[in-house]
Amino acid sequence: MNNMSRRKLITTGIAAAAGMSGLAVAERVSRRYGLVPPDHCGVYGPGETLTYAAQRLLTRHSLAREFPRGMISKAPFANEVAPPNDEFKRHQATGFADWRLTVDGMVAHPAELSLADLRSMPVHSQITEVVCEEGWSYIAEWIGTPLREVLNEAGVLPQARYIVYFSMEHGLLESIDMADALHAQTFLTWGMNDGDLPVKFGGPLRMRLPRQLGYKSIKYITRVTATDSLKGFGKGAGKGTGSAAVEYGYAWYAGI
Amino acid sequence: MWSPNIESNIEHGAIVPLGAACSGYTLAGSLQFRWISLFGPRFRTVRHFLSGPDEGLATGQVVCGLCYAHGVSTAVSHPKTEATRHSAMVRVTHWITVIAFFALLITGVEIVVSHPRFYWGETGNVMTRPLFTIPIPSSRDTVPTGYGYVLPDQNGWSRYLHFQAAWVLVLTGAVYGIYGLVTGHFWKNLFPAAGERGWRVYLRACQGVFSGYLSGAKYVGGAKYVGSAQTDGTGAHAYNVVQRTAYLVVIFVLFPLVIWTGLALSPAFDAAVPAAVNLLGGRQSARTLHFFVSGALVVFLVVHVAMVALAGFRSRMRAMITGQGGGADIEAQKERT
Repeated sequence: MNNMSRRKLITTGIAAAAGMSGLAVAERVSRRYGLVPPDHCGVYGPGETLTYAAQRLLTRHSLAREFPRGMISKAPFANEVAPPNDEFKRHQATGFADWRLTVDGMVAHPAELSLADLRSMPVHSQITEVVCEEGWSYIAEWIGTPLREVLNEAGVLPQARYIVYFSMEHGLLESIDMADALHAQTFLTWGMNDGDLPVKFGGPLRMRLPRQLGYKSIKYITRVTATDSLKGFGKGAGKGTGSAAVEYGYAWYAGI
Repeated sequence: MWSPNIESNIEHGAIVPLGAACSGYTLAGSLQFRWISLFGPRFRTVRHFLSGPDEGLATGQVVCGLCYAHGVSTAVSHPKTEATRHSAMVRVTHWITVIAFFALLITGVEIVVSHPRFYWGETGNVMTRPLFTIPIPSSRDTVPTGYGYVLPDQNGWSRYLHFQAAWVLVLTGAVYGIYGLVTGHFWKNLFPAAGERGWRVYLRACQGVFSGYLSGAKYVGGAKYVGSAQTDGTGAHAYNVVQRTAYLVVIFVLFPLVIWTGLALSPAFDAAVPAAVNLLGGRQSARTLHFFVSGALVVFLVVHVAMVALAGFRSRMRAMITGQGGGADIEAQKERT
């Protein structure tokens, strides 16, 4: 064996060993710190994981931009929603007096909250932008109860990793990690621009996450569940993804 | 400055420019290489490994370790020491970028189809007046396009692939950028050559290149009509001043801008770095700029491919794939006649 090939062999060996152990370490670190999104499998897994990990490392606590009152859009766009079902129409007829938000799953104190209960909790407002994955956007003032107030009240267990939230619209559900669930701007929203949240904008209760695209801010919220796994939530018994967007082929994490 | 012409044998420990060293030299021992980088000249002693006749080199020829990394394996297989037109790093990053760019382009078009309206400022939607509208049907029935039908929605996989390809592009660009700075590739091959720095000489050189393009000399590549400064030490190709300018604009203006305007569309990134979007004049301005910068890159792509075709498609492709192609312009000319 001459000099050249021996050196090549040694350097290749060292590089390979470093690469393998580096990958193993990266894998453990990323699991430990929650840097792997639930849709990390498949062809687009590497890109999604890089995006999600980078965001979780760099933007975990950062706040979405808030705007002066003068920038609130005069003509916000509600986007289309499925026609309301009979159950929703019944609630609408009674002014949503019987609307309930179920808080369950990995929580110490499961609860059923009325809209009045939510309004009696600490109220916050934010003037933030709704950003649709299609490209359009508008700014509105959103008034509501931070999700973390509700979760703290219910006593989320430490093993919870995701919050799954359900719409009254059939089959519509989404999920977020605890970083977003406990984020200061993640609201259970019931007011908009100094009034009640209009039905076409998600009233009586809409999830608002200004740091993710609009498709995570689903309307007509009836239930939030704390869980350590998204399996079983959504279509396909035991195989659910915990996200209607993922069922439609969209990314689970929409902070981009 | 170093002399570009160092074809002659170099002495033990001699100082040679890194790029020029890549054609192989007739000497043994350690060579001290002088790095010409953006950080200024660097000096570094490189232990080379000696290759004897058994590896196909003429007696006494030497391939240094760095040259080897530069894709000078050509020197090993060709006893006559053919110059490398593009280093291995340039070739690999070039083709990865090509793949990523096409993925971004196709998926970008698909994403635009879901809302072919563009706005200026922070907000914009179908309730507000657009800056301009692309007159195509949309993949969403909420967009008033004037067409009576809606295209199939391709945004799911398009978005996945767009962001994955963006990562590939950014990481490849980072590797290429570090390589270009450290090896002096930018300084040596892309910055205007020694005789063209300064506005007046630069403009005159550009004028020379353009009149060359127009006068039918275009089938012979850059070196012919831009003067002696356009060959590197090996007598191989060098880019003319217009090519250098185009590549610099693409590498240092358009790609950084398209990445910046793209990042500015991420709501989570904007939360962490609000200036990224505020400096562009708002979210919708960032989206519109992202569209235009992408358009500028497509214009570059079209001109680039057209020029490659004019300069000799096969020889240029060979140069970017295998790295070989010193004096290929003349060869291509001969092939044709």
